[in-house]
Amino acid sequence: MNRKFTDKLATATFTFFAMMIVVILTALLGYVLYMGVQQVSWDFLTSKSSTFRAGGGIQDQVFNSFYILLWTMVFTVPVGLAGGIYMAEYARDNKLTAMIRICIETLASMPSIVLGLFGLLVFVNAFDMGFSVLAGALTLTIFNLPIMIRTCENAMRSVPIQQKEAGMALGYTRWRTITTILLPSAFPSILTGIILSAGLVFGEAAALLYSAGMTSPNLDYGNWNPFSETSPLNIMRPAETLSVHIWKVNSEGIMPDIREIADGGAAVLVTAILIFNIGARMIGTWIHRKFTSK
Amino acid sequence: MIPIMQTTEKASERLIRKNKKLSLKNPERNGKVIVYSAAFVTILATLAVTIFLTQQGLQSFYMSGINPLEFLTSTNWNPSGSNPSYGALAFIFGSLSVTVLSALIVAPFGIGAAIFMTEIAPSWGKKILQPVIEILVGIPSVVYGYLGLTVLVPFIRDHIGGSGYSLMAGVIVVSLMILPTVTTLSADAFNRLPNGLRSSSLALGATRWQTVRRVLLPTAMPGLLTAIILGMARAIGEALAIQMVIGNTTILPSSLLDPAATMTTIITLNMGHTTFNSAENNVLWTLGLLLLILSYGLVMLVRFLAARRKF
Repeated sequence: MNRKFTDKLATATFTFFAMMIVVILTALLGYVLYMGVQQVSWDFLTSKSSTFRAGGGIQDQVFNSFYILLWTMVFTVPVGLAGGIYMAEYARDNKLTAMIRICIETLASMPSIVLGLFGLLVFVNAFDMGFSVLAGALTLTIFNLPIMIRTCENAMRSVPIQQKEAGMALGYTRWRTITTILLPSAFPSILTGIILSAGLVFGEAAALLYSAGMTSPNLDYGNWNPFSETSPLNIMRPAETLSVHIWKVNSEGIMPDIREIADGGAAVLVTAILIFNIGARMIGTWIHRKFTSK
Repeated sequence: MIPIMQTTEKASERLIRKNKKLSLKNPERNGKVIVYSAAFVTILATLAVTIFLTQQGLQSFYMSGINPLEFLTSTNWNPSGSNPSYGALAFIFGSLSVTVLSALIVAPFGIGAAIFMTEIAPSWGKKILQPVIEILVGIPSVVYGYLGLTVLVPFIRDHIGGSGYSLMAGVIVVSLMILPTVTTLSADAFNRLPNGLRSSSLALGATRWQTVRRVLLPTAMPGLLTAIILGMARAIGEALAIQMVIGNTTILPSSLLDPAATMTTIITLNMGHTTFNSAENNVLWTLGLLLLILSYGLVMLVRFLAARRKF
């Protein structure tokens, strides 16, 4: 009787813990979205931010977030994919592989502010890029690389060994097996991984403070010349992202409507992250179903 | 003579040599070059971060002449005074206390929720809890900071005391941030255990709690510790969320309700407005180096635990 009671008690406790986590965390998200919905309007999304006056929007910050994300992915996806293929297919059980594994683990657990400092030291100062989209994207590439390599490695490893053996049996070379058999099968999981990591990159702020900067020039969206100072496409201009903007408004903003901007900005950020996360899962399942015709 | 020599060569040898010819059109070799360069880039990035930050971080000792012992053990932080002093103990203490306290808070909740997800309601846990918690892992830290600032800080001010900006607010915000991480990683640790462990324990007549406590928890322990340490790695490196709620003083806090600062918050705040290569700027790089060393230490700990892991 006694041990049955303890068992029930333990079950109740763990259930309570789990419920509490879900309730607290969803309540927090609900709070962000609820407070934000009242502030987000088309005008808020499409007007420029203002340093002193009320009524500023987040147009440039949203654009910068996506633009830096785009460049980060341009750098990360090829290197991460190749690194993942190396780890899954080429790496032998030797010192080099062990060292690469240590490097991946170290990079993955490196504080993002430390990576931001590295970006400031090397990309901004030593390579003389200044606070720029490019410096920010390169810093975030280091931030994202370990995640991407792991995702791709796991995706490649999860392809059934029989498929690889079938390719080998047909006389395919190793590279041809990888590109024509393994990669297509692993594609849904790789794509899911890419979108999930894009969500992390989109929300990252600490690494960008001193690499992409905390300001944005007066952008002219009609100017498509990528070398012009005011062009949004210029990669050598400073670019404050949405996450950085939320931090800056909250911690040192001097405009009268700090609370409104913070509420709206946070809601937009959370919505974007939710879309990335849920979208990744849905697309992954959909492509998998399409490929396997299940 | 030459044509005869060519014909004496075996067909297999000729084919092998042909395969290895140096040509840009050899996809096998190009593929190899691509994947090896990616591996090389990973090593290069890690080495570059380590070397550059070490070099820059040590400058405060050999260029600005700051005493390393004083830096680590003094709480007297006054870098801009006429007689500047650079004691960073208050920040080191802040970082360590936020990290340790939040790990202590999160460990029971995270592991408890993981037990619920894997042992009590596996189907439900997999379908609903796991996706929800994985989504929460991806919520940016500035959002947690914003929530701390708008909800937690006023709550502490009104109901507990002090200004609200406090070590306590920092600990709670960081705990909420690392809770999803620790929960998913702990659930992974339980999921890795073979089902035979569970069924044999239950077959001996043990209840679920007895199985969990006597069999699963001890076996999964290295994995669970890894989960907590990775949570701590995230906590010690967290900058902006803490900076928004902790109050940012340079004095050692005497209670949980006092404002404090961490290594990350002082870097965040002061890196922008100190002159590059000045003593005041160099100590910030030293704090960055210290963060890097601590994160290396945690990685080593994780590797040590991974070697002891049975499943």
